[in-house]
Amino acid sequence: MGSEEERIAIEKEKVLMVGAGGIGCELLKTLALTGFKHIHLIDMDTIEVSNLNRQFLFRKSHVGQSKAKVAREAVLKFRPGVDIVAHHGNVKNAEFDIDFFKQFSVVLNGLDNLEARRHVNRLCLAAGVPLVESGTTGYLGQVTVHIKGKTECYECQPKPAPKSYPVCTITSTPSKLIHCIVWAKELALAKLFGDKSQVNELDVRPSVLADAKADTNEVGNDADFFELRRGESTWQFAGRVFDRIFGYNIETALQNEDTWKARRRPDPLYLDKILPPEEFTAEENGNGEIENPTVSAMVTLGLKNPQKIWDVQENARVFLETIQLFFKRRSKDIGKLVFDKDDQLAVEFVTAAANLRAHSFGIPMQSLFEAKGMAGNIIHAIATTNACIAGLIVLEALKLLTKRTEQCRMTYCVEHPTRKMLLVPVEPAEPNPHCYVCSETPLVLEVNTVTATMRDVIEKVLKRKLGVDSPVIMQGSSLLYETGDDLEEDMAAHYASLLNKSLASYPTPITTGVVLTVEDYHQDFRCSLHVKHRETFDEEKEPDGMLITGDIASVVNTDDTLQPKIVADEDLSNKVENGHGEDDDDDDDMVMFTPETLAGAKRKLEEEESLPVEKRLKIQQLPAMS
Amino acid sequence: MESVSELLTEQEAAIYDRQIRIWGADAQRKLSKARILVVGITGVVAETCKNIVLAGIGSLVLMDDSPMTFEASAANFLVPFDELEGQGNSIATVCASSLRDFNPMVQVSVEEGGISSKPDEFYDRFDAVIMGRSSITLRTQVNEACRKRPHRVAFYSVDCRGTCGSLFVDLQRHSFTSKKAGDDKAAQQDISFPSLQEALNVPWSSFNKRTSKLLFALRIIDQFEVGVGRRPGQLSSQDLPDLISYRGKMCAIQKVPESFVPENLLQKLASVGGTELPPVCAIIGGILGQELIKAMSCKGEPLKNFFFFDASDGKGIIECVVPSQMNDH
Repeated sequence: MGSEEERIAIEKEKVLMVGAGGIGCELLKTLALTGFKHIHLIDMDTIEVSNLNRQFLFRKSHVGQSKAKVAREAVLKFRPGVDIVAHHGNVKNAEFDIDFFKQFSVVLNGLDNLEARRHVNRLCLAAGVPLVESGTTGYLGQVTVHIKGKTECYECQPKPAPKSYPVCTITSTPSKLIHCIVWAKELALAKLFGDKSQVNELDVRPSVLADAKADTNEVGNDADFFELRRGESTWQFAGRVFDRIFGYNIETALQNEDTWKARRRPDPLYLDKILPPEEFTAEENGNGEIENPTVSAMVTLGLKNPQKIWDVQENARVFLETIQLFFKRRSKDIGKLVFDKDDQLAVEFVTAAANLRAHSFGIPMQSLFEAKGMAGNIIHAIATTNACIAGLIVLEALKLLTKRTEQCRMTYCVEHPTRKMLLVPVEPAEPNPHCYVCSETPLVLEVNTVTATMRDVIEKVLKRKLGVDSPVIMQGSSLLYETGDDLEEDMAAHYASLLNKSLASYPTPITTGVVLTVEDYHQDFRCSLHVKHRETFDEEKEPDGMLITGDIASVVNTDDTLQPKIVADEDLSNKVENGHGEDDDDDDDMVMFTPETLAGAKRKLEEEESLPVEKRLKIQQLPAMS
Repeated sequence: MESVSELLTEQEAAIYDRQIRIWGADAQRKLSKARILVVGITGVVAETCKNIVLAGIGSLVLMDDSPMTFEASAANFLVPFDELEGQGNSIATVCASSLRDFNPMVQVSVEEGGISSKPDEFYDRFDAVIMGRSSITLRTQVNEACRKRPHRVAFYSVDCRGTCGSLFVDLQRHSFTSKKAGDDKAAQQDISFPSLQEALNVPWSSFNKRTSKLLFALRIIDQFEVGVGRRPGQLSSQDLPDLISYRGKMCAIQKVPESFVPENLLQKLASVGGTELPPVCAIIGGILGQELIKAMSCKGEPLKNFFFFDASDGKGIIECVVPSQMNDH
């Protein structure tokens, strides 16, 4: 390392960096200092205040601007001779196709989500460009090297799938605060302020009751219950919603005795039992109807410390106040609000609603700070780990560019030393011959072909589990589904009409024995699915009602069998404090176990893994992240 | 109940949100009171400064009067390109200006003069001292001065040469809370550290085969640089014969065979001289930054007391080098 020929080699090679966040800023700086001269940088994000504690190329004055562009400018200040091309866009955009990837000698990932990581992995395989993949969470991090045909690809080893909570756990029988947070975020917030056309199960009753005829005329079934009525003040509305979702709905659920035989019965909450009447019947203030996107109930109520856990009264006040503020100051957002962890008022609403529900079910409440972390799936990120990881990425890139591939290592950065080591190098594994991405292993899809539709298969399996972006589905030589802007209108209509049909009712029924071919031209990805009809699925374990097997990465459940070679040391079972699900849709950094990010509407009741910390860390430590 | 004055400001809470989720608001408050002195700004020191300024320490004082040169900025991103044109600013002045920009909540200032010219009371202004590349004589002196002060002044020294990086840590006596692997509860623990001189006095014959060879190779280079009056890092392949003769002498005194310190390691270190590799600086600066944060916030088990990294094998190894009478601790 450091010889003149190597220096020249490095100067003429062209590298692609994907991600200009926590790892990305560090990486761009280190590449420039090391002497790299031709760097392309892709990042779709803009800068946020919570990035500034580690993304050191950004300043407060840059908030809202493109990360890729600001990072480029900042590095040019100390290394003006470097040719940096900044792309402010999604790496999944069509412009970044296989030919685009082919111009680079190596691709370096500093991404924050599994979906993009898989996409880049497939493009690197297709373009034959080596990939250095990375991630950090808190003190933990890893760098892995993927060379087509020589080492395993990013998807050769299982990745934990996102945790799906059974609908009834969320709607009827929560046992952890996260269940209440999912309820508050995906149901309560969406019902009150979100897109009304979306299906929402806030009013879903226990199934027994849903069948009961007596219930049909109850106040519960009027579709516009959650609308502000003519002549009603926002206070009255907020109070009515409160009593409905924390009181009436709970009482209704209590009628289903079977549910509570082996469970603690929840306590219905009504406003007049929590707050003195003068508080919630108070006349609202007449003025102050100016739209204000940064309004906060904590400010108007004088609650200062986001780390303090509010009592029931405070939660009730915050709940009422947030609704009032949404209607008075954020009216433009009503009807289209989607939860965002940087939206203070939305976080306050979710915290209060989740806590009130938790209180009702005897689950300990939490502070806004903690609830925000859970609701936003916030990754714990610090500059120091990112700096180490970026340094390690550059070392691997240097080995790749100077053809010392036999020296390449996967490196784990750990919190507690393992065999005296804080940085643990491991030889890269061979490609997995059963990988459905880099080898041609067929998969088995178990599904109830009578009830499941093609839409279910596309959304739940192809997109979410297999990471396919724009699927083309074939049965033998006949095309069953494709997407694309250039599709003829009549074909698009034809595919759309088929989408909601059950598999078994297809012109050529899709049932046991049928083999579907799935392709994604953009990713140069292809695999075959062997369909197998199955009648029933376990709602807890297989909430999708489908099961995909074979040696397929993302579907394998994360259990102890996944322990990697060097985990013999118990030191590796590091701890992450406050560990919640992680998957951050805008935050740079990490992440080994980050499950797919799903678009809000598709997402419904899903949340990330909430494995016990021990287990999750084993996964993090090794196989999942590679 | 916390008093309002003990709360983090809204600005702090917003900017430090992600890291508070790791070490907590209490640790962040302690960190924001830490006063750090940095002596000698190399590439790895620049990395370290960036990390601790971003993390939100209280104040940072930089000492390095050397003039800005192209060589000095080779691995230092704190130096804007237009500063290179010989404007007569010291490295400390230029770097301080960049660091202030990274985090306006941290006070960054410059102290002129050499560290050896400072009275011992000077150290009372700090909670930790970080020394960049310097002679072994100066490092032990500063470490001893830190140890004499009425309140604990933590001492760190750091250097990167080619593919290799090294760290030394002396926290004297240190109390911290830590969650042990497999345990959810944080427990209070106390540990003590030997001084640099005490660590240097540990006989080589007491180490085992797995001890990082860098520990010994860097000792030989330290002795050589002091012995022949070289500026630290000022050496080349031509010095290899002399280094080998130093190895012979030192191994004889330590009663270990010469093969204890491989010749190719000395060769490698001699040939790179004082050159810093930026990725190695990033790695060592990351580890040192983290150690400083742990020590100042009294949270997390600190590294005790040497750390070595060599990009050639990719291992980052902690070596605990303590006199035998301290072993029990």
